[in-house]
Amino acid sequence: MELTSEERAILAGQRGEASKRALEYQMELGKFCGAKRFVPITNVHMMGDIEVMGDAGLRYLRDEAALGARCAVSTTTNARCIDFAQCERMGQDSAEVAKERELIDYLRSMGVITTDTCINYQTVYQPHLGEHVAWGDTGTVIYANSVFGARSNFESGPAALAAALTGRTLEYGFHVDEHRRGTFTVRLDAPLRDVADWGAVGKLVGESHQDYYAVPVFHGYAGVPMADDLKHLGAALASYGSMAMFHFVGVTPEAPSVEAALGGRQPSEAMVIGAADLERVYAGYSLGDGDARLVVFSGPQQSLLEMRRLAELFDARHVAEGSSCFVTTNGAILAQARKLGYAAVLERAGVTLLEGVCFYILQNLTPMRRANGWRNMVSNSAKIVNIIGAHRFNTILRPTVQCVDIACRAELK
Amino acid sequence: MSVGFDQGATVLLRVERAFGPVVEGEAVVSEEGFSPRYDLDRWSGIITKPGHKLEGVSIKDKVCFFPTAKGGIAAGWAFNDLKGKSIAPKAFIFGIANPVMVQGAIFAGITITEGWDRHPREIIRTGDWVRVDPESLTIARVQLRGDAR
Repeated sequence: MELTSEERAILAGQRGEASKRALEYQMELGKFCGAKRFVPITNVHMMGDIEVMGDAGLRYLRDEAALGARCAVSTTTNARCIDFAQCERMGQDSAEVAKERELIDYLRSMGVITTDTCINYQTVYQPHLGEHVAWGDTGTVIYANSVFGARSNFESGPAALAAALTGRTLEYGFHVDEHRRGTFTVRLDAPLRDVADWGAVGKLVGESHQDYYAVPVFHGYAGVPMADDLKHLGAALASYGSMAMFHFVGVTPEAPSVEAALGGRQPSEAMVIGAADLERVYAGYSLGDGDARLVVFSGPQQSLLEMRRLAELFDARHVAEGSSCFVTTNGAILAQARKLGYAAVLERAGVTLLEGVCFYILQNLTPMRRANGWRNMVSNSAKIVNIIGAHRFNTILRPTVQCVDIACRAELK
Repeated sequence: MSVGFDQGATVLLRVERAFGPVVEGEAVVSEEGFSPRYDLDRWSGIITKPGHKLEGVSIKDKVCFFPTAKGGIAAGWAFNDLKGKSIAPKAFIFGIANPVMVQGAIFAGITITEGWDRHPREIIRTGDWVRVDPESLTIARVQLRGDAR
């Protein structure tokens, strides 16, 4: 690889052992990916929690902290697995809770800003066109690349932490122009009325094109997508298709036209999505034994506008006896939702508000499912209905209004 | 009897990119993609997602062939965690990987390859004993499923 004098200095240990090891790890990745050089970055968003890291990851962080690891650029954290205010009520393991606290202390000692959010792009940092960042989770990456025109690959926990310590990442993938051009087109002929519809589009397109380097170009949509719509579209594309970028003609900054989005490339396919396709998505979920006692609004965390909408829909209603309804968001939005009265409405309705977590990464989720006898999980998020399978939930996607009805009536149609 | 790395192996697949030490193990050939978050019980090493084509199969100590990587950022830390719990596979062989799988495998020191010159299902069956050689970018069969080792 071509190294700058600064990178050679890091390798020589002039910025400490932790940065040196981080760069060596990045160089090993670079060999695999065929990267020739590094690119400086301005911001890192990383996943780091005990549920996914386990004891081995905790030991790693302990060692890094002992080596004096320090972030070279602003670094924030993704949603975590424990809401400390609710963990006892949720039946989470006290030993793991203690480890999560220890893990957070190590991250903070390195200068990591523990924001605990998977919607950093809506609440923390919005990179500009062409800005290089190193983000994970995948929903944050696809939003950065597509909606902001910033540049990031999927940077999982150790890779994002390495980028934070060295202040750079490998120049390959979505950091270079070549991979940012559209590879196929998708005409949207369906009215999309709910975030679940946008997620369903992401499922249809992602499931049939599982390829990190596939870049769909959406066009033909008659309306104006809102940020939460694009959030659910992107999260579903990344989840079902492992995709890191899409274009939306007239909406995203690198897509003033279909031709511009394709950048001179012939599309490999011209897909069309109509209302009947969406109906087939909703009809395709098995209802299992009809269990309707768990409804989840999470994955990604709820924005303030989503919180407001949920408060309107739950106003003067109540979650059915024996049912559970969870809403997850980050600390900043929850604080605003409390000030604005949305949180009070939801809590009066019997909804459990969880802060700083996403439902699918909750510590102890499988035992929690067993203890509650949950069999089905209903959500308006196409991402979470895809991602939670390892915990053996039967999952069902429904539009937001129906999800609220199911939560309040415990009836599944 | 143990089978040495250079005895009686037939090269079956050539891969495009690879990392890690030479490893041997029992093949698990999947028709469906993989994500440790979506599909795997990370406390037992068994694929638990209902309806996954490998539902009920353990990946512990296996050489796992997956056509694609599913989404999710978890593999970065999760592969290291699987190794810490002694339930990691010997190798991941992907048709199309994504950066997360590569970052996770390299961090954990687990052999990983990407790209293949033919679909493994044409020549390798689950249960065959295979050898992965990242240096020469090859995967060889050491023993057919059911043959005595």
